[in-house]
Amino acid sequence: MREATVPEKTQQQQPDVPDTREEARTLAPPVDIFENKDGLVVVADLPGVGKEDADVRVENGILTLKATAKSELPGEALRHEYELRNFFRQFQLSEEVDQDRIKAEMKHGVLIINLPKREETKPKQITVQVS
Amino acid sequence: MALWTWDPFQELEALRRQVERAFEDYRGGRWPLARTAFLPGLSARSYPLLNINEDQDTVYVEALAPGLDPESLDITVRENVLRIAGEKPSVNPDIKAEAFHRNERSAGRFVRTLSLPAAVDAAKVKAKYVNGLLTITLPKAEEARPKQIEVSVS
Repeated sequence: MREATVPEKTQQQQPDVPDTREEARTLAPPVDIFENKDGLVVVADLPGVGKEDADVRVENGILTLKATAKSELPGEALRHEYELRNFFRQFQLSEEVDQDRIKAEMKHGVLIINLPKREETKPKQITVQVS
Repeated sequence: MALWTWDPFQELEALRRQVERAFEDYRGGRWPLARTAFLPGLSARSYPLLNINEDQDTVYVEALAPGLDPESLDITVRENVLRIAGEKPSVNPDIKAEAFHRNERSAGRFVRTLSLPAAVDAAKVKAKYVNGLLTITLPKAEEARPKQIEVSVS
């Protein structure tokens, strides 16, 4: 799975809206991508992101992860080791992914996306008959 | 037979740690930007990262720790030292290494201790874990709170 480093133009973007390069000022979340028997699984660490604040979409074979992180820590800053920003990352999907059956779930700031393979691309066992 | 072999990468790692430590105090609280590029990954360093805030009566600590097992969290306060221990389980331990395309997230047990900036009332410490952020609220002890002193004019 290739990572798209330059934000892809998707149909969502209006042509008259200037490209503000918003994506350049976001964080790329660390991800795990692995294969299981149904297809691919993408796991991303998105701390501070609620269920409603994560935006996962697939367009033109590109998986886009977008999320808004927020934290409401009261008081004055004494020492800060991290800063929460918006998350953004894109991956190019192969043709084999069945886009209609993609499922995503969010738990404790970890996003798990299941990308099942199309039925026809799964290897089929062919029994050899000996006559 | 050599028991110890010279490893240039280990030397580099040691140097990196020294430099990081030298900058630790200098960085202070105002420039977290230098760190944002290094969200939790696989390297061995302080985990979880902490943000510390305070107001008159309370110290607030927030830890960047997505995907923890909330049951495993063990938070203690002893002699003004806050200790956070826990475990970040791997999402799918049965997956073989060959099946991974990318493996950037870390997993495992961790401990981090922090000297608190003020004396706190250990009995009233509260913690919550929401959306992968662990927030610990530590009310200051009575003697650590600022006292208003009235000036009597005679």
